[in-house]
Amino acid sequence: MNHETESMNQGRRDFLGAAAGVSAAAVAPGVFLHTPVANAAPRTDPVTDMHRWGLLVDTSKCADGCTACVDACDSENGLNLQAKPHGQDELKWENQRAVWIRKVKLQDNLTGHVTNLPLMCQHCEHPPCVDVCPTGASFKRADGIVMVDRHTCIGCRYCMMACPYKARSFIHEQVDHKLTRAPRGKGCVESCNLCAHRLDNGDISTACAEACSAEGHQALIFGDLKDPMGPLRKALAKTPSRQIRQDLGLNTGVRYAGI
Amino acid sequence: MAEVMTKGVLLALLAAVLGVGSAAYAEEVGDFVLPSSKAAALENCVEPTEYMRRNHFELIRHQRDETVYGGIRGDSHGLSGCVACHVGYDDSGTPIEIDAEGQFCRSCHAYASVEMNCFDCHATVPRGEAWNHEVAAAHAHLTGSAAARPTAAER
Amino acid sequence: MKRIVYREWLLQPQRYWGLLAILAAVIAIGGLSALYMEHHGHWVTGMTNSVVWGVPHVFAVFLIISASGALNVASIGTVFDKKVYKPLGRLSGLLAVALLIGGLLVLVLDLGRPDRLLVAMTTYNFSSIFAWNIFLYSGFAAIVIGYLWTMAERKGQYLQKPVGTFAFLWRLALTTGTGSIFGFLVGREAYDTAILAPLFVVMSFAYGLAIYMLVLFYAFDADGRPIGPAMLKRLKNLLGLFIAAILYFTLIYHLTKLYGAKNDGIETFLLISGGLYTGLFWVGWILIGGLLPLGIIYHPELSQRRDWITAACGMVIVGGLAAMYVIIIGSQAYPQEMFPGYNVIQFGAPGDIGGQVAPYSPSFPELLLGLGGVGIALLITAVGVRVLQFLPESLADRDVDPHASARSPA
Ligand code: SF4
Ligand code: SF4
Repeated sequence: MNHETESMNQGRRDFLGAAAGVSAAAVAPGVFLHTPVANAAPRTDPVTDMHRWGLLVDTSKCADGCTACVDACDSENGLNLQAKPHGQDELKWENQRAVWIRKVKLQDNLTGHVTNLPLMCQHCEHPPCVDVCPTGASFKRADGIVMVDRHTCIGCRYCMMACPYKARSFIHEQVDHKLTRAPRGKGCVESCNLCAHRLDNGDISTACAEACSAEGHQALIFGDLKDPMGPLRKALAKTPSRQIRQDLGLNTGVRYAGI
Repeated sequence: MAEVMTKGVLLALLAAVLGVGSAAYAEEVGDFVLPSSKAAALENCVEPTEYMRRNHFELIRHQRDETVYGGIRGDSHGLSGCVACHVGYDDSGTPIEIDAEGQFCRSCHAYASVEMNCFDCHATVPRGEAWNHEVAAAHAHLTGSAAARPTAAER
Repeated sequence: MKRIVYREWLLQPQRYWGLLAILAAVIAIGGLSALYMEHHGHWVTGMTNSVVWGVPHVFAVFLIISASGALNVASIGTVFDKKVYKPLGRLSGLLAVALLIGGLLVLVLDLGRPDRLLVAMTTYNFSSIFAWNIFLYSGFAAIVIGYLWTMAERKGQYLQKPVGTFAFLWRLALTTGTGSIFGFLVGREAYDTAILAPLFVVMSFAYGLAIYMLVLFYAFDADGRPIGPAMLKRLKNLLGLFIAAILYFTLIYHLTKLYGAKNDGIETFLLISGGLYTGLFWVGWILIGGLLPLGIIYHPELSQRRDWITAACGMVIVGGLAAMYVIIIGSQAYPQEMFPGYNVIQFGAPGDIGGQVAPYSPSFPELLLGLGGVGIALLITAVGVRVLQFLPESLADRDVDPHASARSPA
């Protein structure tokens, strides 16, 4: 990345920061008047299929070497609190610790063109992980978020065998430190839940998309696939996009542009 | 806290009329609320104390399914609420793990010898709670505008 | 025809208790390994987020499909009315239940939360083939126990045929179900084929029969009961047939995979470039588990000798474990193909595996847990034949099929 873009990004960040402050001041007092009640506070009714949450990843904007989304996810969901068990091999541990989102770097076999993208649970409409789970612990919430009910997960890892995206992690070790909003314990499987705790409290955002914007890349757009006026549908209308392993017909909630 | 103690004494007296053995029982049960916890300053739990003693698990379990499947996190019957209110603090004001020896959940469960495995996965002290019901309620007036929320670092 | 007399296993007490002690020790070590893995968590094993099922699954799946194969001998007797197989039926049923219990225990003890077994038994997701398998397994055990009863109890004899037929159909479903556990995994190149289910069925025939023969030989030798040459020939010919069937279906499997052009990556991996997995495939699965025992079984001289046939059975079992290792672990080690046309040059942090072969080296506790499952199966069998009348007094040809031996004076 050269200096020019660096400073441009910096400038944009400042601008965004300022704009945020302004809009906070301007909008906050009026919020109760303009915001639909369902979005304004912690929800009191169960989630419905009025929404289907999803993401658009614009790979052309995803920067080489940037890990903002991964870091944000780690601290949002307490993944950075995991500790390598004493005596475990460094590299093996990387393949045993829970990872919800990872940066993937691809090179086109023909052109040699390099593409970066974040990869997480794709929140499939027809999720293989849910189909195979023997106890029904893997489930799809009404609003399309696929997650694991830890209370019934027996740790059979069949869902990990079934997921085509290596989206799921098994908790291989005793977990001593965890966040209130992100329970975690030895012997269960987990994966990205699109920051469900944020959504449930009326905050329409995910840590990864927020961090990406804060870095000035805007490679991740979060929103409602069912809202034609929403940011996600608007972005999808502008850019051609596809699903990873589209051939499997899973109708993923996470879409990619530029691959 | 004074009230809790008065209650304890009253209960003990009442029980003493019924029999010495049960007096010890009543007193001990009352003792599990830690003086350093927020709960000590409150008259009642989210439901009447006697009801909570017997039925807290039913409430927690019901709320757990509401939260996991329905996404309803604001209700007062969730486990995070229990921890937030009943966790004890040491002299320096640091919360002590609620399932540690002598702490609220552990001591009563040990007394009643009932297994407890919530904390295999759940946090034992309030941590990163910005999205639990209390704070979320406090932020409710902000939640309409995406830009106005605190960043990850502030949480 | 003579009435078949069954008698408890009459091994000398010292040998019998010695055997039990050895098996108990194997089981105890397996149990301790399970406790150790459970206590620390799976990080102490070779398993990772890439290879999520390790050696315990190799043993568990092997034992479970062998269980259904072991019942085959009884089915041939009752379902297909081959009289000579009738005396073999009881041991066949016992062995089936024992192997199933051993396999299931390994499976359960390798769960992340074995303490939640009750959850698994009470909460079902009926779209999951795995959940169906739980039904298939427990139903299998129940039916086989009923089947054993019809074989042992005079009053139940008239039920023997229908129950036996039912058990036979059930065991086909069971093995198909076990094969389908893998067959339904669309995200893994190696499994994405319907041929896996019949492959598992023929594998179960061969492995189950091989284990059956080993147990039979050992038990009969130990207390000096005779096995006639015609009986021996029948059993080994049957084994030969099953081994040939495995080789045939293995060929079909690879041909279908090669035919679907998008699978040539996994094929190259398994057949040519997969290192350990390629070695296990050719040497274990094909050579030791297939060609060598076939050679022995159809060799004019070696095939007459009990010790060589015993060796052939052992080879089939070793080959079977190798085949399971290739099927279960090899296909997880092979990278999931997410981005056709691209080369994955980075996948998460270094050590996090994607787009390249995932490393896996089994740890000792995993292996010991698997062996513990074998121990359980053998212990149940040993106790069963000792206290109940499972073993026929003689398998000498004239006792089993007087007409046949009258026809061919040998
Ligand atoms: S990406 Fe994997 S974990 Fe996520 S819904 Fe699809 S199959 Fe399940
Ligand atoms: S590991 Fe848990 S969530 Fe995954 S399939 Fe097994 S029970 Fe279901």
